[in-house]
Amino acid sequence: MTKYIQTLPETHWLTRARRFVSHGDTPWHWTIIAASIFVMIMIMAIGWMLWRESADARTTFGFGFLTPTVDPSWDPVNDNFQAWPFIYGTLLTSFAAMLIALPISIGIAVFMAELCPEWLRLPLNWLVELLAAIPSVVYGLWGIFIFLPTVVAPVAEWLFNTLGTTPVIGVMFAGPVPVSGSSRLGAAFILTIMIIPTITAVTRDVLLAIPNHQREASLAMGATQWETIWQVLLPYGLSGILGAVILGLGRALGETMAVTMVIGNSIEGSASLLRPGYTMASIIANEFAEAVTKLHSQALIEIGLVLFFMTLILNTIARLLVWSVARRTPQEARA
Amino acid sequence: MTRFQQLIEKNKSIVSTRRKFTNMLMLSMTGVMTLFALIPLFWIIGYVVYKGGQYINLDFFTQTPRPLGIEGGGVLHAIEGTLVITVLASIFAIPPGILAAFYAARYPNTVLGVALRFSTDVLSGVPSIVIGLFVYAVVVKPMGHYSGFAGGIAMAILMLPTIIRTTEEMLKLVPYTLREGSLALGAPEWKTSVNVVLPAALNGIITGFLLAVARAAGETAPLLFTALGNERYNLGKIVQSGIAQKQGVSQILQRVFNQPVDSLPLTLWKYSQEPYPERIQQSWAVALVLMIFILLINIFARIWVESRKRALQG
Repeated sequence: MTKYIQTLPETHWLTRARRFVSHGDTPWHWTIIAASIFVMIMIMAIGWMLWRESADARTTFGFGFLTPTVDPSWDPVNDNFQAWPFIYGTLLTSFAAMLIALPISIGIAVFMAELCPEWLRLPLNWLVELLAAIPSVVYGLWGIFIFLPTVVAPVAEWLFNTLGTTPVIGVMFAGPVPVSGSSRLGAAFILTIMIIPTITAVTRDVLLAIPNHQREASLAMGATQWETIWQVLLPYGLSGILGAVILGLGRALGETMAVTMVIGNSIEGSASLLRPGYTMASIIANEFAEAVTKLHSQALIEIGLVLFFMTLILNTIARLLVWSVARRTPQEARA
Repeated sequence: MTRFQQLIEKNKSIVSTRRKFTNMLMLSMTGVMTLFALIPLFWIIGYVVYKGGQYINLDFFTQTPRPLGIEGGGVLHAIEGTLVITVLASIFAIPPGILAAFYAARYPNTVLGVALRFSTDVLSGVPSIVIGLFVYAVVVKPMGHYSGFAGGIAMAILMLPTIIRTTEEMLKLVPYTLREGSLALGAPEWKTSVNVVLPAALNGIITGFLLAVARAAGETAPLLFTALGNERYNLGKIVQSGIAQKQGVSQILQRVFNQPVDSLPLTLWKYSQEPYPERIQQSWAVALVLMIFILLINIFARIWVESRKRALQG
């Protein structure tokens, strides 16, 4: 066979095919392109499958499924589903977590990037990354048995006593506080711990990417170190930090196990932060494997679809923001 | 000195004291924040070691679970399940991951390269529970039953972004002169990639893979409705009975992968929901095993990465 091919003229297709394969670059090229396209298709496939699998639920419930309602129903027996309590629970816990985590994370990032001595930077970096490496079920287990009774329950009680009767925001801090401490507040606290590493890591990178002449100029003008950080560096890296916030938010929205274990899993109309609730991820985790009817599982898949789109949009915005900072900064100026 | 100048001097000292104070206060606040954030880390690690250490013993690793309410027994089924799922996930995730990383490292600025890095980032942000739903729709529903195979696919999707990103980083660290040397000797691009660049970056790639495994081993959400869990899973028995019935390797493998399996985090979650104290105790022990496993991989990988980076850059 080989001999036969060798006798063929240069332009024959078999000769060209043999060269094509034996040199190997073109097949290699197409292989790695195929692998890359495979990764991209994965994203679309996830979206498309969830869209397709939730078709009946979407046509049956329409937009009423997602819109805020005063008296939501989640009734597998009569096949009537509205997702608002879960969307509310997800948004409330995530934003509360973000509110607490943001100042802490920025503090850590500033400390790591600007203040701490060189020898401390690497170990500190590792410790913060370890915080992200602990599995979320371990957070959950620790949360149920240790964190809820010792920290969350007293804090919730205190919040209820001080803010529970105030006119407007009192709704958010209405009681009664569960004895076990299982509440949206507990979920928010656990989420805080879990998103700190994400926000810290990105903010630190953003701060390290700021060219040194910005610091030098500010210090030369007589600003103190804190004024340099607060009035020059943080505004300079603002879009990157915003990206970090959104990345953290994305992580908080999708976090499942730890939240499921501490949030108390109750479907009730209360808007209070101190009451048990559900998030979108935790209702899927709790009910999907035992979904009673077809519409029930489809409604859960639709919640998954909403969750997917939320994180997709948040991640897209965050990446664009972080990239814009990276592009603005010349390579050689990075620390 | 005029009165005006005196006034300035006086006020300046006041202003600068306030500014110095703010400076000191805020700078020390950042340090306090750092300490504050590390409290939960040490609290969790300390408590899990204390609690889990009490209930861990040899039986825990070598026995399958006893019926409810009876003391003793172990989580061998979950260890085996974790192993099965991780092996499957690695088989599915490594080839496309490394190939895609080659593309991302070689052509970072083409349209496809940017799109690839972007979708890798997005994929790593997709909630793991959503990946579980996806695999349920794609694998479990057509097959008609939960299986370790489906769990492996879900884990593979979860590992893919980590593998791509770390491999890409490591490939980029390989000096360009090495690649040029190989190309100048007449080796085609693919031979350069596979025989020169890949071995040079291999240590780092293995590290990235280990980190991906560590991340996947701790995940529960994607397994909830793919691998489901199976307390009677027993790898040894399956293989033994398979050999006794003179089944081929493919048949035995099918029986290994084709039924629901448990994993350590899944077991932890289930046990922690149960009202039996011995189950709760075991869930602490599982937490300890899981945490030691994951922290060890992480620490080991970090040290390795740092030393490699220094070796390659220096």
